[in-house]
Amino acid sequence: MAIDTQQSRWYERRRHGPLMRSLHMDVPLLVGLLLLSAVGLIVLYSASGQDMDVIIRQSIRLAAGFTLLLILARIPPQHFARWTPWIYGIGVILLLAVLVMGEIGKGAQRWLDFGVLRFQPSEMMKVVVPMMVAWYLAENPLPPSRRAVAAASLIIVIPTFLIIRQPDLGTALLVASSGVFVLLLSGISWRLVASVVGILGTAAPVLWYFLRDYQKQRVLTFLNPENDPLGAGYHIIQSKIAIGSGGLYGKGWLNGTQAHLDFLPEHSTDFIFAVLAEEFGFIGILLLLAIYFFIVARGLYISTQAQNSFNRLVAGSLVLTFFVYVFVNIGMVTGLLPVVGLPLPLVSYGGTSLVTMMAAFGVLMSIHTHRRLLSS
Amino acid sequence: MQQRTPLKDHLRETHSFTSRVMIALVCVGLLLGVVVARLVYLQILSHEHFATLSEKNRVNIVPVPPTRGLIYDRNGVLLAQNLPSFSLEVIPEQTDNLEATLAGLRKLITISDDDLDSFRKRLQQKRPFESIPLRFRLSEEEVARFAINRYRFPGVDIQARLTRDYPFGKIASHTIGYVGRINENELNELDPSNYSGTTHVGKTGVEKSYENILHGTVGYQHEESNARGRVLRVLQRIPPKPGENLYLTIDMDLQMVAEQSMEGKRGALVAINPKTGEVLAMASVPGVNPNLFVNGISSVQYKDLQDDIDQPLFNRALTGQYPPGSTIKPFMALAGLEYKEVTTDTQVLCQGSYSLPGDTHRYRDWKRGGHGFTNVTSAIVHSCDVYFYQLAHDLGVDRIYKYLSYFGLGKKTGIDLPGELSGLLPSREWKRAARHEVWYPGETLISGIGQGYNLVTPLQLAEATAILANHGTILQPHIVHATQVSNSSNIVPESPMPEGKVPIAAPKNWDTVISAMKDVVNTPTGTAYRVGRDAPYLIAGKTGTAQVFGVKQNERYKAQDVEERLRDHALFIAFAPVDDPEIAIAVVVENGGHGGSAAGPIARAVMDRYFSSKPAL
Repeated sequence: MAIDTQQSRWYERRRHGPLMRSLHMDVPLLVGLLLLSAVGLIVLYSASGQDMDVIIRQSIRLAAGFTLLLILARIPPQHFARWTPWIYGIGVILLLAVLVMGEIGKGAQRWLDFGVLRFQPSEMMKVVVPMMVAWYLAENPLPPSRRAVAAASLIIVIPTFLIIRQPDLGTALLVASSGVFVLLLSGISWRLVASVVGILGTAAPVLWYFLRDYQKQRVLTFLNPENDPLGAGYHIIQSKIAIGSGGLYGKGWLNGTQAHLDFLPEHSTDFIFAVLAEEFGFIGILLLLAIYFFIVARGLYISTQAQNSFNRLVAGSLVLTFFVYVFVNIGMVTGLLPVVGLPLPLVSYGGTSLVTMMAAFGVLMSIHTHRRLLSS
Repeated sequence: MQQRTPLKDHLRETHSFTSRVMIALVCVGLLLGVVVARLVYLQILSHEHFATLSEKNRVNIVPVPPTRGLIYDRNGVLLAQNLPSFSLEVIPEQTDNLEATLAGLRKLITISDDDLDSFRKRLQQKRPFESIPLRFRLSEEEVARFAINRYRFPGVDIQARLTRDYPFGKIASHTIGYVGRINENELNELDPSNYSGTTHVGKTGVEKSYENILHGTVGYQHEESNARGRVLRVLQRIPPKPGENLYLTIDMDLQMVAEQSMEGKRGALVAINPKTGEVLAMASVPGVNPNLFVNGISSVQYKDLQDDIDQPLFNRALTGQYPPGSTIKPFMALAGLEYKEVTTDTQVLCQGSYSLPGDTHRYRDWKRGGHGFTNVTSAIVHSCDVYFYQLAHDLGVDRIYKYLSYFGLGKKTGIDLPGELSGLLPSREWKRAARHEVWYPGETLISGIGQGYNLVTPLQLAEATAILANHGTILQPHIVHATQVSNSSNIVPESPMPEGKVPIAAPKNWDTVISAMKDVVNTPTGTAYRVGRDAPYLIAGKTGTAQVFGVKQNERYKAQDVEERLRDHALFIAFAPVDDPEIAIAVVVENGGHGGSAAGPIARAVMDRYFSSKPAL
């Protein structure tokens, strides 16, 4: 075993050098994230109408995000495991607090205002819920028993329900799926999965009843955007025009008319993918998708290399949640999915989700770079 | 027991996890495949479609209206021009809230309730995304005040437009006509593409009849605009072709003399050059300032004009129909001579009245005692009614109808102006069709002195006079003299009109009548002696008095006893110089009384101006 450790040390030192090792960075993943951030800034420069202010603000956010990533990467994963139940408990209490006294913004209550700092508890639950589920399941042998699955489901459902009540369907969906990914990765039987999917399918009409009017509207508009071409359908129609008019090679950087002439709404934030598609065309999109695929693949590889159940489950589910972000955003912008307000990770302008994402990758880095210490 | 002390099988867990991750990776790959397939569909297969939509989003094709042609008189005096003026315009589709926008604008710029009313009226008949004017003729200060606040009013902008302006105001207003905003009916009739940028169209007069020449051809501009419709730049421009300028046959100098001498009266004057058919002056008094109509007249103002007892909106020269009265007598005399019912030697004894054989009804002469023995010349000079009763009786209605038709009575002259009326030259057929009655012999008599059913327009009367002056040669009366392509000095005269001819039995008959008309004006006993006195050129003329008010059999008509508007219309026709006529005039003064004294001096004033060397304007 000692030789093993020596070999792995030597191996890592040769590949990444002492700097990266001391920073606890996985270089391929870091390169992927930096590449994505750079692409994001380039597209944002165009989408914002060449507004340097926007670029500076986004760069500051990215710097803060990478700082958080560096900090979390240094913390050994067993600490995360120890803190998880406490953070989860605090998160649920904060979600309740948001419901009770949350400030009203855009007709939905999502924020807690601490004077200088505005905090969105639902955002951190995207990372905390899978960790909590993983922590609970890792206590027992896998695959989990039915009772454990039921208990884990409760861990998922409580925050999800609280977030739906805010109401923030997009985040609730992501929080729930991040938890469900842990369950799926833990090796629960496919028969159980199939029966749950069956039950949810039958329950869908009941869920419809609980949706807010604007949420129903979004789903209806998704089903037929031309129904409401000047209202909610306008987003999708204009976004499809932007993407389609980009063609194979695009209109060129800074030359997208849909975004620059303001036909495309939210072109710096949720619909930035359409700007990229318009200006860089199909080729540019393939490049972006390749970067995302690389990050997801590397993340999944890291999860398989993790040395205990908690680490494996957390790493895998965080990576898959990241992919859900990517897929839901692109699906929405290309008209495959209904409009839910999710940003394109690391490309869209905006801070909250960027910080969450970086935190998740920090945990991933930590899991990967603290392996050899655990192996002894 | 086992559950309480679970054993972890690390190897199994690792295997299970790895296989699940592989499944996840496959799912990720499949979903990315779906995304790629979707993008292939959007960006490659449907690229053309979306590229077109994107282009349509961005590029608007905006019509550029042509500049309307100018109107000049025959000497190049400007009668209708285009003045730049700033108007405040709103594209309702692009405002956030129309009512709030209007309220905000009212705080900034004076907008009267009237402006708002007409704005709302236009709002109802507008085309989509049309810019609707809210206020016209903004002052420089108002333009500046709005410019500072423009950002607060999306969809509102200042437009520099050309506004039609008529510098002479009501002078010649009926002839020139005016333009006004296109209304709903016109919208359906006009060529939608050529008028796509045009807001005004000719409503009356030359502005209407020469609309297609004055208007020009629309141009187009490809504009790039953003989602809020602000134009960012012009990509391509096909310039409009401006309308052609018109030169009228009108001489503004004569026109002003005519209208000034008719100031305060109601009536019309038409002066024609018999050699060419050119209308030298065409006045209808009172006139109306056409500038009122250009950007929409308020309903109150319009109602006032409509209800005005003097009817300023009514073009008397073209649509006023009056009994010709005694002005018909030269034509009757000519008919008698040409049909050989009378000769210059034929004498009729006038004793103040005439009765048909076997009838007791007395047809009175205007002179109570009668004129004694009259021949054709003295009958014209003294305007003896009895002579013409006899002549009409001898000619019969059919021949009167036939002969007077040669002079264009009873039908439109076909002048290049809209709305002309045809007057009325009665015949047996007409009476049967219109009144379902037979023609009575007594009606022939009163037709013979231009009363009864007879109606003429001043234009017809002037044209008939021109034909007489011209010894039977008929020239189409017209109002446009030449056209000119904008920015070119090349003035293109209108092609000459086809000539017609009145059949002539003996040219000396015409000399007889013309000579008698010369005596009307130039002999002391003539009914219009004062009109021709001291003229440096020789005038021929004929007075006429048309009854408005029926006088009973045994009563006498006394002007001072009759209310002003029931008094007789005064008519006068004349041409000069007698030997080689250059100008033929018909004047009607409504309720003016006697033709020689009320209408004659007006004709004389116009002729004097015509024959004097014209001072430069």
